[in-house]
Amino acid sequence: MKAAAFAYTRPAALADALRAAGRDARFVAGSQSLGPMLNLRLAEPPALVDVRRLPELRGARVEGGRLHLGAAVTHAEIEDGAVPDTTHGMLPAVARGIAYRAVRNRGTLGGSLAHADPAADWVNAMTVLGARCHIAGPDGRRVLPVHEFLQGTYRTALGPGELLVEVELPAFSERMRWGYYKVAAKVGEFASAIGAAVHDPALAMTHLLVGAIEARPLLLPPFAGALELAGDAAIEAFGARIAAALPQADAVFVHQHATALARAVARLRAEGAA
Amino acid sequence: MSENRTGIGARVLRKEDERLLNGRGRFIDDLAFPRLLEAAFWRSPVAHGRIARLDVPADLAGSVFAWRDMAGVRPITARSTLPGYQVSDYAALADGVVRFVGEPVAVAVAPTRAEAEDRVARLAPSIDELPPLADVRSALASRTPLHPGWKDNLFIELKRDDDFAALEGRVAHVVRREFRMNRQSMSPMEGKAVLALWDDQRNQLVVYSSTQVPHMIRSGLAECLGLPLAQLRVIAPDVGGGFGYKCNLMPEEVAIAWLALKLKRPVRWVEDRREHLVAGTNCREHQYRMAAHVDARGRLLGLEAEVWVDSGAYSVWPFTACLETGQIIGNLPGPYKMECYRCTVQGVATNKPPFSPYRGVARPGVAFAMEMMMDAIARTVGRDPTAVRFENLVTAADMPYTNIARKAFDTGDYPSSLTRVMEMLDHAGFAQRQAEARKEGRYLGIGFATYTEQAAHGTSVFASWGLPIVPGYDGATVKLTADGTLEVKVGVHSHGQGMETSLAQIASELTTLPLEAINVIHGDTGETPFSTGTYASRSIVMAGGAVSKACEVLMGRARTLAAALGKCDAAALRLEGGAFRGAGVTVSLKDIGEAWFHRPERLPAAVPDGGLEVTEHYKPAVDTGVFSFASHGAVVEVDIDTGNVRLVDYVIAEDCGTLVNPMIVDGQTIGGAVQGIGTALFEEMPYDAAAQPLASTYADYLLPGASEMPHIRIAHSETPSPHTRHGIKGVGEGGAIAPPAAILNAVNRALAEFGVEFNETPLTPRRLLAAVLAARRARAAAPLKEAA
Ligand SMILES: Cc1cc2nc3c(=O)[nH]c(=O)nc-3n(C[C@H](O)[C@H](O)[C@H](O)COP(=O)(O)OP(=O)(O)OC[C@H]3O[C@@H](n4cnc5c(N)ncnc54)[C@H](O)[C@@H]3O)c2cc1C
Repeated sequence: MKAAAFAYTRPAALADALRAAGRDARFVAGSQSLGPMLNLRLAEPPALVDVRRLPELRGARVEGGRLHLGAAVTHAEIEDGAVPDTTHGMLPAVARGIAYRAVRNRGTLGGSLAHADPAADWVNAMTVLGARCHIAGPDGRRVLPVHEFLQGTYRTALGPGELLVEVELPAFSERMRWGYYKVAAKVGEFASAIGAAVHDPALAMTHLLVGAIEARPLLLPPFAGALELAGDAAIEAFGARIAAALPQADAVFVHQHATALARAVARLRAEGAA
Repeated sequence: MSENRTGIGARVLRKEDERLLNGRGRFIDDLAFPRLLEAAFWRSPVAHGRIARLDVPADLAGSVFAWRDMAGVRPITARSTLPGYQVSDYAALADGVVRFVGEPVAVAVAPTRAEAEDRVARLAPSIDELPPLADVRSALASRTPLHPGWKDNLFIELKRDDDFAALEGRVAHVVRREFRMNRQSMSPMEGKAVLALWDDQRNQLVVYSSTQVPHMIRSGLAECLGLPLAQLRVIAPDVGGGFGYKCNLMPEEVAIAWLALKLKRPVRWVEDRREHLVAGTNCREHQYRMAAHVDARGRLLGLEAEVWVDSGAYSVWPFTACLETGQIIGNLPGPYKMECYRCTVQGVATNKPPFSPYRGVARPGVAFAMEMMMDAIARTVGRDPTAVRFENLVTAADMPYTNIARKAFDTGDYPSSLTRVMEMLDHAGFAQRQAEARKEGRYLGIGFATYTEQAAHGTSVFASWGLPIVPGYDGATVKLTADGTLEVKVGVHSHGQGMETSLAQIASELTTLPLEAINVIHGDTGETPFSTGTYASRSIVMAGGAVSKACEVLMGRARTLAAALGKCDAAALRLEGGAFRGAGVTVSLKDIGEAWFHRPERLPAAVPDGGLEVTEHYKPAVDTGVFSFASHGAVVEVDIDTGNVRLVDYVIAEDCGTLVNPMIVDGQTIGGAVQGIGTALFEEMPYDAAAQPLASTYADYLLPGASEMPHIRIAHSETPSPHTRHGIKGVGEGGAIAPPAAILNAVNRALAEFGVEFNETPLTPRRLLAAVLAARRARAAAPLKEAA
């Protein structure tokens, strides 16, 4: 199918983009999620405002130990190390697991978060990392923790005309460790389950994430010994907590998600040992 | 001919790759014509319903059409003379009733596809829904036939009923199983595409079609449109894969051809992926209920089977719903011996897209059922699955052998292919590797499947199904030109099979010309002699045979002219390196071409005037088919916590008679195997209870990707067929036949300790994990019983 007719602009500055967007237009970045929706005519916006080249969305810098990544930074740029990384390799590793290179060349961090597919990798990785979203809109700027930015399946806190400008990560220490595991039927596919764990003693942060759950990611309350669990015991312990938090989930769903988290934790431990 | 390096058997690169890999292929979407209109279809959103109203907005009159506008056009009607077969009328645009989601109801034209879709979006026909027949069970139970005048919902029922009395007292076990191969989409890289225009100069309707069978499409279109054949030309340009999807006349093809006549402008329709997935023909929805009567060693004495095919809403033209059912009943026994056979196959009409033969036709289904059964027998009698296969396979000593289903196997050593794959996988050392892996918590399994691939089955086989067009002789025209280069024209079409190369190799073998001097032209009814086309692993046998025969006759004529030019005895000349040599003279094919076409004064007056253009027609002396065969072996590792199956190793030992080009055979085999892997693990076109398709993009319909593919290792043997020119057999489909069985057998071996057995494709992570978790729960609940 071909998209319905739409107007297209590519403003040079953020202010122009916000003005051009008005209330009805849609922002477009890599078009790797919006493009298929346009072609299937699931979305028929009257106008597209292309934000891919806005300088404010293309930046990447570390300030006070905190990494700021522009919303229009591509998956490929993160994968290739073309932007700084403060996560000891987590961001490039996650990027590498997204789709295929052709998609990664175009798809952007901000587009992925704004699209808010629960199975998307940045949705889960940025949640487990405790990222914050910088937003600009007709009424000015605001900052939201990613967990509040994400509201549910394909739903975010972005209001009409609001643009995600950049993502900011906490100032991780040298002792930060991570694990990320994606269960998918084949390489490059969206996840059927995601498990992720981040631990940074300096920040007193232990995040255990269960993702690809048809809702925004679930952060399990940390519990004693969680990071020491392994094998079937880990799957069982995480499975019980996932089943309690998601009573509708069936046995296969719980087991795949518990496995993903158990393997993420195992990787986190292996990171620490290395 | 010893110096000939490009003839039969040479490992040469494909000629067509030069253009295809450099982006110079010319597909229908690449064609440009002045005043071209693009078409889009309004397709039924419901599986079954009566069209109550179809209003066209006033400003769209003249650019939107429905069946009521197509007066005089006949529906596609695929007849068969098989007793009991019920015929369906398949109108190009729905005739009052829609019978599957995606059925074309109206068509809109506009200067661009997007604008045509805008027009389609403005249509809102109202359809009164009728109860849908969503599956075989509901279709068989329904008292309301899907088509007017039908007595029930069966296109066809085929039966074979032997008496099992002779087995009395010898049967140690009756092994019963049910198998299911779910519905699939065929997914060629290029979907279907059609472009039609009227050519005033030739006084012909020219239809460019992305088809495997241009000559048959011409006949089918002529019938539907009521056009004389002489006024119809069908051209298949570059075609991005067919796999069976493009061997039927499609309703869109009729609609576009009619639009070109009606509007007197070129009109094009290019199927998009969503249309392909939702509305395109499907394949392979087989269900089996089987009982194998075996002795204590696992020797198969008798086989009973009931089989159902979900044939969808309409019978496709020309192959009908009979082809798949006929192939099932005929091929289920496979390469195995048995004394009696009982089988019922029903082709059932449902509210799903029509069913089309797909690479391997019914054989991936029957080989799946039979090869899973072989492993089930082995488990029952406590022997290794390979031992049970050896117990039952037809052997080289039995050849030629006519099996229980009257398949006349020509040549081959079937057990040797199994031995070969066992060696390639180190079968002897596998148990130890498996045990070691198990200690690390890894689950390895090994599985096998053996099959025959009936290729180039011809007149007598298709005539027995009573199809509208029965393949007979295939034609080839060869023409030596004035500069000594050769044109070869064939009525088959090559769309991935590499025939521009392999047919040139056959011509090279006969003429001793190098490949660069040979140009193969195919797929244009205006330029090539008749052939029913490319399907059923037939082209290299049929077109290859015709090219060989035509070249032989041509070289006979060239020899006569060479003798005339060299003033010597024709018998003293030998053909070598593109020239006739001997008796102290050398006369090249170029000399001969030049003399005939440009310098006839060089020839004596009495020379024969047949010329240097020869058309010959060919079919093998025995037209019931030749039998290629192979065994596949798979080693898998199963992740029992995610449900994923990883292919650790995959090997194939195949024999397709004389190898014309070993690299092309490898390519065909690997390509087929990848599709078979798709059937085994990924591909499924699911429908809900309202017969709504649940996969309309590749996010939901998973194809195997490069990352999932193991490095497939292939071993060849060459047992020529006595029935064909050069001993060639066909190989186009084979790779796709065995993977589902080999892979699921391997998974069942890997998970034997859980007592689970998978008999359904695709084996998705969810299906696998659900069964393993249930088994683990049961084991945890009854640990004592398990230990005992
Ligand atoms: C074949 C395929 C496989 C894929 N597999 C994966 C996968 O495995 N994992 C995964 O995570 N993703 C996957 N994706 C999705 C891919 O990562 C997309 O690139 C991403 O989801 C969206 O990014 P984009 O830049 O393309 O956004 P676009 O498609 O341009 O936009 C998506 C949405 O976000 C909005 N938007 C874009 N930028 C902004 C902004 N700065 N502020 C506010 N709104 C904005 C748009 O209006 C639109 O609603 C896959 C995509 C394809 C085509």
